[in-house]
Amino acid sequence: MWHWIQRFSSPKHFYVISAKLIPWFAVPTALLMIVGLYQGLFVAPPDYQQGESYRIMFVHVPAAWMSLFIYVVMAVSAGIGLIWQIKLADMVAVASAPIGASFTFLALVTGSLWGKPMWGTYWVWDARLTSELILLFLYFGYMALQSAIEDQRTADKASGLLAIVGVVNIPIIHYSVVWWNTLHQGATVTKFAKPSIDIHMLIPLLLMALAFQLFYFAVILVRTRNEVLYRERNRRWVRELIEQL
Amino acid sequence: MLTAFYHLLLRDLRLALRSPHELANPLIFFVLVVSLFPLAVSPTPDALRQMAPGVIWVSALLSVLLSLDRLFKQDYEDGSLDQLMLSPNPLMILVLAKVFAHWLLTGLPLVLIAPLLGLFMSVPNHALPALIFSLLLGTPVLSLIGAIGVSLTVAVNRGGVLLSLIVLPLYIPILIFGANAVDVAMDGMRVSGQLLFLGAVLALALSLAPLATAVALRITAAR
Amino acid sequence: MNWSEFFAMGGYAVYVWSSYALAFVVIVGNVVLPLMQRKKVIARIKRAIRRDAILHDNSIAR
Repeated sequence: MWHWIQRFSSPKHFYVISAKLIPWFAVPTALLMIVGLYQGLFVAPPDYQQGESYRIMFVHVPAAWMSLFIYVVMAVSAGIGLIWQIKLADMVAVASAPIGASFTFLALVTGSLWGKPMWGTYWVWDARLTSELILLFLYFGYMALQSAIEDQRTADKASGLLAIVGVVNIPIIHYSVVWWNTLHQGATVTKFAKPSIDIHMLIPLLLMALAFQLFYFAVILVRTRNEVLYRERNRRWVRELIEQL
Repeated sequence: MLTAFYHLLLRDLRLALRSPHELANPLIFFVLVVSLFPLAVSPTPDALRQMAPGVIWVSALLSVLLSLDRLFKQDYEDGSLDQLMLSPNPLMILVLAKVFAHWLLTGLPLVLIAPLLGLFMSVPNHALPALIFSLLLGTPVLSLIGAIGVSLTVAVNRGGVLLSLIVLPLYIPILIFGANAVDVAMDGMRVSGQLLFLGAVLALALSLAPLATAVALRITAAR
Repeated sequence: MNWSEFFAMGGYAVYVWSSYALAFVVIVGNVVLPLMQRKKVIARIKRAIRRDAILHDNSIAR
């Protein structure tokens, strides 16, 4: 088992395997997105309260889920890199950050676009939007630290530790924000919370969520491959590979 | 191990007391920032009272943030941090000693001067205990979390803005509960829940932050 | 349902379509940026290879 892990986690081996894996993620992503969008935009009925505006949900909710998921992946792989000194895990963490930040940004903006017709204003200090904003700051902090330290190994480890500290803090931050928000409610009534969701709305939501998930896996492979090439640029196997291109 | 803790604590206190004006800076900053708000917003007691908890807490937070540099920067530059890391004592304990010294020198003065600022911001007297206790429980957490941030950025030139970027989001729960405790106390309600939360976070930070700081120092300060 | 009704989104067209447009931009960006990065990295390594080859030739000639 351990031997297998070490073999797979060697950058060279990963580079070869990942090339074959990418289409297995990319093609289902595209298919799921097409079906999900069709279901979400044409099949799902309008909401009895929110009319057609709720269709923003099909991009907003998956983006919000992914923003959190990617942060956790980042912290876990940073932890693996820190504890077992696996370079590949560090590269996965580094490559995840910009993807996660972009999904966080998407969740924030779509949340505020959804909020406009619901609340009458683009920004309300709603618990979820606030948490999402703080998550974006956490991503920025990680990326800033990563780029501020010159030595690559040190940068990986230091920012990795920050990601772990962040992931320990996320539940505390989230629950304190939710608690804070319930205190100050009254100004706004959020219509997001609903007891149940119609099956015709749930199916496209899950399809889109799965599509975003697979999309992340495809992109993380591409980005990690770039990191591998760049960091191993002076190794013979990279040189030979590039010469063949 | 305890003697190492004790000696390091005494050393840091003694070093700091050698330059008392530097010691006073965070405190002056705290008072100064708080007194800007009546000038910027409104000096009427009602308006002041409404924003008092937030203003005092945010100012305390910034004041601690600005003083964090002192925690490891000097030791890093003059090489005594390397000595600490070579010492046979667990680095965690040494970190704890340094953080405790930092809190005694910056956090505690903030707590002590808070009643005066409460007066400035027309916080009613019956809410002052909540202000003091929330700061008493909250400022050590600010120092503990700050220590992680400083140790991560200690080798970065001009890491000041970077430090606030990585530390401030982590301060948010403390800010929420600290300011809310004062807010609730002004309305004459019980604040034990908020204080218990701050206490719980303090316990968590006490047990985890020195470990994270020690790991961070081994990563960044190794030469 | 006809198309103009579909695009009107019950009066919420601005919000719905700008959300989807942004989602599209983010997704395309996440595909295009790494691919551009890859090109850059490969070009950089190729330059390094050429430079090293020249250095190598010179040392042999001497």
